[in-house]
Amino acid sequence: MKKDEVPQDRGFSDGVREISYAVDENGRYVLVQSRGWEPKTVANDQAWEVIEEDLREQIRLIRSGKRSPLAYHMTRHLMDIGLLSSYADLPRWRVRRHLKPKVFRRLSADLKARYAGIFGITVAQLHEVPETAEINPHE
Amino acid sequence: MNDSTAIEIPFHHRQSAHCETGVLSNLVSHHGLEISEAMVFGIGSGLFFGYFPFVRLNKLPLTAYRIATGGIMSRTTKRLGIRLEWQKFRSPDKAMAALDRMLEAGIPVGCRTGAYWLSYFPPRYRFHFNMHNLVAFGKNNGSYRISDPVFPDPVDCPAEDLAKARFAKGSMAPKGRMYHVARVPAPDQVDLARAVQKGIKEVCRSMLRVPGPFIGAKGIRYLAKKVENWPSKLGDRRAALHLGQIIRMQEEIGTGGGGFRFIYAAFLQEAAPILALPVLSEFSGRMTDIGDRWRDFAVIGSRICKGRASESESYSALADILRDCADREAVLFTDLEDAVR
Repeated sequence: MKKDEVPQDRGFSDGVREISYAVDENGRYVLVQSRGWEPKTVANDQAWEVIEEDLREQIRLIRSGKRSPLAYHMTRHLMDIGLLSSYADLPRWRVRRHLKPKVFRRLSADLKARYAGIFGITVAQLHEVPETAEINPHE
Repeated sequence: MNDSTAIEIPFHHRQSAHCETGVLSNLVSHHGLEISEAMVFGIGSGLFFGYFPFVRLNKLPLTAYRIATGGIMSRTTKRLGIRLEWQKFRSPDKAMAALDRMLEAGIPVGCRTGAYWLSYFPPRYRFHFNMHNLVAFGKNNGSYRISDPVFPDPVDCPAEDLAKARFAKGSMAPKGRMYHVARVPAPDQVDLARAVQKGIKEVCRSMLRVPGPFIGAKGIRYLAKKVENWPSKLGDRRAALHLGQIIRMQEEIGTGGGGFRFIYAAFLQEAAPILALPVLSEFSGRMTDIGDRWRDFAVIGSRICKGRASESESYSALADILRDCADREAVLFTDLEDAVR
């Protein structure tokens, strides 16, 4: 890649410019800042689309009474049962049970506070599930 | 903790492409041995290729363009006679207190962290990725001064976030790991040529002679075969997801472009006068051309992901590019190995 070919496309890093290695007019390697590169942005977009799809599905399941709100927050924070259980310091099977609305409703205040703490929200917010699955990563 | 005294160690932050190499280059330079990121990458034999369909990342197969995390640091420090002192912790409080003590003693500290909890990261970069490295070099008002090598300038990170990031959970959990430079040899005591030679030899070995189908030039060919079959085997949607993941591993994680091929080309160029082997400059040019081919792969791959590919831009066209990369890398590393023997 030549120095003047370092792409300055639409990026996804909030204006943080990253380093590309490129060759200058004398054939010497130099470090050049890049705003973004379309193919790279497309691939990152795709990853977030998958997360949003998953989140939409979780919201649907919660609304139809098949999952507890914990499923929303877990997915919103890109976690699966394994990862959430290691943050909560609980065995997987317990976290899996907490994804059931009935079990979640009877959850102790302590455990609810523990989950809320992981996600950096209040216990009241732990019960809230938004209407849309849109994640605005620029928020 | 007493936050009344602000600490800021004079630390020269240089932006880099990649976190592990950038941190080590900045830390070692701070201690008097001036060394570029590309040099660290090359001496540490960072360049790699591996396609591991049985290892899953975000439920998709893992493709690696560099050696396993920590490998570059351990090889580079060993080959240059640098000693890093590592610590890991069970308790976040102890880990943060230990960090503060080092800073109070005027020593910049490298930390292994997860990316997800680092609030200064652009949100769309915040995945559960536990192999990030950064340098803490000061503290003020409950916030740490951080030299994160992939950022243009030093940043501030609240103590809670840094503690969370240092104790991120999941695979490769950092467990509060931190390190500092305990010993750096004087610049005239370093046998740079020998270190460079060792670094090159090891990359040649891993690109040419690791048994099994997954690693090196063979690994690229293996991936080519898989890529060709994805649309029929997985369907369009899943195939596109598999493809997107490769592009991300190649471009997103601070590779300097082309899956670290350009950084390696920069290293070969810098290595030429050190080994008194002008031919390495020519190899550097060939490596650059190979990096450009990898970029072609990403361009066409992303068009397929977006459903905007032309007739000729197909999965088999991608497989052909991969085979071309594999052939060229196999020849280049064979020549390189001969040259440094």
